[in-house]
Amino acid sequence: MKAENTTKIQFDSLSVNESYARGAAAAFLARYDPTVPQLADLKTAVSEAVTNCIVHAYPDRIGTVTMTIAVYPGREVHITVTDKGIGIPNVEQAMQPLFTTGNPEERSGLGFAVMQSFMDKVRVTSKPGKGTKVLLVKRLTQREGT
Amino acid sequence: MATVSFSPAGESLYAFLAGEIDHDAAQSLRIQLDDALVSRSPQTLILDFGGVGFMDSSGIGLILGRQRIACTVGAALRIQHAPAQLGRVLQLAGISCTDAGQKEE
Repeated sequence: MKAENTTKIQFDSLSVNESYARGAAAAFLARYDPTVPQLADLKTAVSEAVTNCIVHAYPDRIGTVTMTIAVYPGREVHITVTDKGIGIPNVEQAMQPLFTTGNPEERSGLGFAVMQSFMDKVRVTSKPGKGTKVLLVKRLTQREGT
Repeated sequence: MATVSFSPAGESLYAFLAGEIDHDAAQSLRIQLDDALVSRSPQTLILDFGGVGFMDSSGIGLILGRQRIACTVGAALRIQHAPAQLGRVLQLAGISCTDAGQKEE
């Protein structure tokens, strides 16, 4: 199926760009008239995925983060967040709630749990030393009465 | 961007949070909240999320981290006025709705 509309942005893995990424996603998706909770879900999932790149993928250098958004017929939104960082040796383990390799005092280990809870589908592919790609899928259901 | 302003009330200290709490903003909030916990030694620190429009799991890390610091300095931590979007993130972390102050006290 061909996407109706796509966009792609690239930015440095700086924490100031977390708000830029979710703001850009919200602006791009605004024309598809998401409900307020749907938009909040999408922004939160993007924020989690981008934060993972900044904190985990590039722990000691600034790298590049790429975000693409594609909207498919039926208002199905596909967002990918890709990095060329250190990768995840065990994706299944990394996606367990509360698992974190970050500072356990300050990182909740809930990033993937939030993504999975707020999105219809989350798929993570990663190669150690090559990078990680997170695919987030959510269908924007029609508002009642439309 | 997020801000915090403090308002003492007896033995309690209110911390009114505002803005968007993500990993970027959490770093500065953490320093300010820990500083207040240590230097003002309140019996109870109340985190008020009424002005927070967005929060991801970094906010959960912020809350749990402050809970830990509060515990070490002998203070209690409470959370109030969490908007609906935050409520879902808080629920995931098992921070209960009553604690989250979704009902007016």
